[in-house]
Amino acid sequence: MALSQNEVLVGLAEIVNEETGIDVESVQMGKSFTNDLDIDSISMMTIVVNAEEKFGVKIPDEEVKNLLTVGDAVNFITSAQG
Amino acid sequence: MNKKVVVTGLGATTPLGGDTKTSWQALLQGESGIKTLEYDWLSQHDIPVTFAGVAKVQPKDVLTLQETKRLDPSSQFAVIAAREAWADAGITDFVPERLAVEFATGIGGIWTLLDAYDTLKEKGPRRVLPMTVPMLMPNGPAAAIGMDLAARGGVRTAVSACASGTEAIANAIARLQTGEIDIVVAGGCEAAIHPLTISAFASMHALSRRNDEPARASRPYDINRDGFVMAEGAGAVVLETEEHALARGAKIYAELAGGYVTSDAHHITAPDPEGTGAARAVIGALNMAGAKPGDVAHINAHATSTSVGDVAEYQALKRVFGDDLKKIPVSATKSSTGHLLGGAGAIEAIFTILAIHEKVAPPTINLEDPDPEIDLDVVTSPRALGDNILAISNSFGFGGHNAVVVFRSYN
Repeated sequence: MALSQNEVLVGLAEIVNEETGIDVESVQMGKSFTNDLDIDSISMMTIVVNAEEKFGVKIPDEEVKNLLTVGDAVNFITSAQG
Repeated sequence: MNKKVVVTGLGATTPLGGDTKTSWQALLQGESGIKTLEYDWLSQHDIPVTFAGVAKVQPKDVLTLQETKRLDPSSQFAVIAAREAWADAGITDFVPERLAVEFATGIGGIWTLLDAYDTLKEKGPRRVLPMTVPMLMPNGPAAAIGMDLAARGGVRTAVSACASGTEAIANAIARLQTGEIDIVVAGGCEAAIHPLTISAFASMHALSRRNDEPARASRPYDINRDGFVMAEGAGAVVLETEEHALARGAKIYAELAGGYVTSDAHHITAPDPEGTGAARAVIGALNMAGAKPGDVAHINAHATSTSVGDVAEYQALKRVFGDDLKKIPVSATKSSTGHLLGGAGAIEAIFTILAIHEKVAPPTINLEDPDPEIDLDVVTSPRALGDNILAISNSFGFGGHNAVVVFRSYN
């Protein structure tokens, strides 16, 4: 069953927290991964791999560069769940 | 004129304790850190050896969740030991470009490597995590310490199997002697209690199979020894030029007076039965210390509890010390800790430093029926040492590596 946008946000925040230690509350839709959350490229790829696993979706490499904000990622995952 | 090198900080996490003091106290009390393993994989794979020296304090109880996710267990142990040594040294003001790291491992990030391969086989290449390479590389522990302490004077990794930890400490000496750098954090680590490693060592009949009596399995010099016991953890020392240590009013545990490596070129795993390569390492290290064999008052032996290795080391010592060998108290501390592979030399260096500093040689446990082929004065209960002494710590590794370090009382 497809998760709601908010459920994806909560799940993604957990992944970000586990990888980086950033509080789950700080992982908000408008936040930029690099500018606001200070996430480096290797952490970003780890988050992508873990998100694919957790949400059962495929996030193509060429798509990752478009996921600038948490909202971008949440929206992509939500729609990719089909 | 070479600068004198001194030891100003100690850190250890071992099967005997999560820090240096706890490990040392347990060692003096003759405790064993060897226990039956409680992992599911033992029965899953029907592993023939069911015990080892698991670290008394697991890294997840000390480090943050992110640190445990981004560092292989070997690096986790390394960082824990290095932080303790650094805090013990009490260095607050230093030049990062003059701080170096010499940190060894025998095997490297084997848990990361094999977990990642399992992931690849089960879930495909997209699930292999991007941190896999930096976590499995053998320079990972040294690099993690370098990042943690802001060491910009060079980060290097000795890899010489079970001689690695001692070689790393020996490698620190030259750059300190010239004054090129002020401080080195040196040591070694290992986290290889893995079904594959146990199976592989067991396959070459290197491991004790005393599954019913794990605490009595590591028994160097005993006639009934049947192999070594794998263990995990790390040891780290802070080394400084005497000049740098005195300028900041540091406490000094001992002088690191020499360190030397040789190689056997004899056999990939078997020690040279004549012990000539090992003997040359002892003599080389003593020469560097400006000392003679007769000056040595304590030996922390490599003594892994294998039938061939313990005799080969004895032959090497006999070659160096002759009839005087019987006058030197020898401690085989792997009897308590098990064999930390790349970490062994580091924790044994720490035990040697503390033996000098506390003026007591630690006991060798489980020596019930001494091997008549090995005529040594083995310390079996803590024994007083003199005020002004020289002590050596030996390590030998598969590949024919021989490494010896020499410590001297500092007054």
